[in-house]
Amino acid sequence: MTGNFTEISENPFVVKMDEVRELSYDSFHDKIKEMLDGGSVHCVAYYGIEDSKGIRLICSVADDIRHNICTLSTLVPKEPGIVKSLTTACPPLHIYEREINENFGIVFDDHPWLKPVRYPHDRKNKLAVMDNYPFYGIESEELHEVGVGPVHAGVIEPGHFRFICNGEKVLHLEIQLGYQHRGVEKLLAESSNSLKRAVICENIAGDSAVAHSIAHAQLIESLGGIETMPDLWIERCIGLELERIAVHIGDTAALCGDVAYQLGQVVCEALRTEIINTTQFWCGNRFGKGLVRPGGTNYSLSKETADKIITVTDIVGKRFAEITDRIYSLPSVLARFEDIGQVTSEQALTIGAVGMAARTCGISRDIRNSHPFQYYRQYDVSPVVLDSGDVLARGMLRVREVEQSVRIIRDLTDRWFKEKKYGRKPVYDYKLKPGSFSLSMVEGWRGEICHSAVTDENGSIVHYKVKDPSFHNWMALALAVRNQEISDFPVCNKSFNLSYCGHDL
Amino acid sequence: MAEYYLIMIGFALIIITALFFPGIIIRAKSIASGRKGPGILQPLRDLAVLLKKGSVFSSTTGVIFQIASVITLCSIICAALVIPFANRGALVSFEGDFVFFSYMLALGKFFAIISALDTGSSFEGMGANREAFFSMLIEPAFFIILASFAMVTGFTSFSDIFSYFLVTGNHFILIYSIILIYLLIQVALTENSRVPVDDPKTHLELTMIHEVMILDNSGFDKALIHLGTWLKFTVYGALIYNIIAPVQMNYFVQAGLFLAVQALFAVTVGLIESFRARNKMNRNPKFILTVSAIAMIAFVIILIYMNKFNQ
Repeated sequence: MTGNFTEISENPFVVKMDEVRELSYDSFHDKIKEMLDGGSVHCVAYYGIEDSKGIRLICSVADDIRHNICTLSTLVPKEPGIVKSLTTACPPLHIYEREINENFGIVFDDHPWLKPVRYPHDRKNKLAVMDNYPFYGIESEELHEVGVGPVHAGVIEPGHFRFICNGEKVLHLEIQLGYQHRGVEKLLAESSNSLKRAVICENIAGDSAVAHSIAHAQLIESLGGIETMPDLWIERCIGLELERIAVHIGDTAALCGDVAYQLGQVVCEALRTEIINTTQFWCGNRFGKGLVRPGGTNYSLSKETADKIITVTDIVGKRFAEITDRIYSLPSVLARFEDIGQVTSEQALTIGAVGMAARTCGISRDIRNSHPFQYYRQYDVSPVVLDSGDVLARGMLRVREVEQSVRIIRDLTDRWFKEKKYGRKPVYDYKLKPGSFSLSMVEGWRGEICHSAVTDENGSIVHYKVKDPSFHNWMALALAVRNQEISDFPVCNKSFNLSYCGHDL
Repeated sequence: MAEYYLIMIGFALIIITALFFPGIIIRAKSIASGRKGPGILQPLRDLAVLLKKGSVFSSTTGVIFQIASVITLCSIICAALVIPFANRGALVSFEGDFVFFSYMLALGKFFAIISALDTGSSFEGMGANREAFFSMLIEPAFFIILASFAMVTGFTSFSDIFSYFLVTGNHFILIYSIILIYLLIQVALTENSRVPVDDPKTHLELTMIHEVMILDNSGFDKALIHLGTWLKFTVYGALIYNIIAPVQMNYFVQAGLFLAVQALFAVTVGLIESFRARNKMNRNPKFILTVSAIAMIAFVIILIYMNKFNQ
């Protein structure tokens, strides 16, 4: 403990709740404002827990250069429940404050727009519902509004997009989500069945099943003091990279589909199938569900599987390089991607973009590098960073990351062959440390996933907090389509490919 | 009477090829992308399913919406009537029938557009707006083509034009014909809302032009609209055939040539859709104006051929 906050350089970590320094709201406010001053620092968790005295706010801030995480907390009494907002000083916190406002009714005084993040059934103000939400509007004869969703023409998740357009040009996009709210956090906190918790976590967002499972598993392992071995760490990393490759290739296919480039679409779709079938060969599920469990795994890597993974990723990597070479040199495709949906690095920093969205805007933000977890502690990953921030950058980043992931898988499998195999089975009858706060972060394909939990004096989870990268990055999409043509919205949307259910929880 | 019977063949061929046209496009696309894909008859089966269904009309729509799809189909059939076959004239032919042809197609489009506006949906309004804009831009290109036809032959009826027009007449006419065929394909792609101007396959309402206009149509009406789109393709294909068709040739060979031209046309459309992406929406006007510019080149070639510059 240094100064007046808890500073830890591990991921995941666990601390006693008493050790998390509790400050008055004013010094909490000033301290966070001071810490978040700079591009290499970002807030990874900021949420409230209700107890008899009021709402306890916990905030964790990660420093990418010093590789540590600082945690501090404060207590806000229920009455009057009005505090100074941090958003004006640190814009990335806008969404956390909106969420706290929605869940506990705390009013952040000078917050620019306390728009509800989602309209869950378990919110504070039950009278405000999605149906009577007042959308942002501009009064003008020349402008028109276009509302899309929540039911879409394609087989995609529900979300409402409200455009304010001048002819074909989009002036403003408001994104309203929350249709997928399932009460994940509540289920996780209430459930005492550890297998159930693991299964819920791998279903937070279907395309990030492995990433969310790892975040949950390592959180439980650190809270429960369960020891894991390097062979398991490597296996988890391989699973995570396979997921990254599969989704990146699938997104490239979807991007081609959106601009009606059939060749790129069908080739990438076929390549993605190769990868997810390999995951299925390994663990019986194409999305890696069931692969990751706290303490161990039911599907230890076998020599045969390891060989197959190397062969398949090698071939797919090469063929993907060939087809993307073709895709990103075709003039008709480039015309659709270049300079479309640009997000500047200032914008990305302002909204606190993470993961892919940040790395395409010249911000090197990658948990594998800044706060390494699992086997990345022994294996260096240097983040791929591009800086044009347009659809093309997001496409190219996928190409480069697939290339990198194929390399990582080859290296990790080589090391796996040399490691001693413990082949531990999952642990379900663990006992969690009482009165503790724990936080775990994983770099999924979309970006940083953060799971955090607080236990009571009996060692049962009283609060479980999940944060998907989409939580921040939806705002990037809203900014990307400003002043673009409305017909370019789908391709912008696809280039981010954000999660609805990961956001809605 | 025998003559009329033979002239009917041309009209019948346009209708029959229209039924197989989309199937061929889809086959070409499937083969180009290495997929098994549906059979040539699949669009017809889908059409049959739609024809069996009733139509559902939204309560916000009026009578325009209900009659528009029939009028659109009829106008395209009317346009097809003036297209000649095997140099024996068309079912209907009169001085200036190419203007009739062009405005019958425009009438169909007009009804499609007002029926889209009739639904009151923000998507359909957007699509109607785009369709009207792009059709307006492509019209000069089409009229320049027609005007140059009239000039080179001295006639203003399709039947007369094509009974006089011979592709191998001389070098100028040959070059002119090649440009003409290219132009007709581009005009057909634009008028039928295909790649690169529009993407008929997309599910993304915000990027659609033609498809978004028919979002509210269902069942029987939707079948008529599909049929109209297919017919429009073969109408343009029939024009291309007429440019190529030699004057003297027996009916069977002419019919064979007709089918071959239509099939090749469908395959070309399929291949274009396989190997390129569609335009960005604001590039479409440029693309269409380029087509008009090329039409001007064709026109200039005719002017040179007819020695109009020396006087």
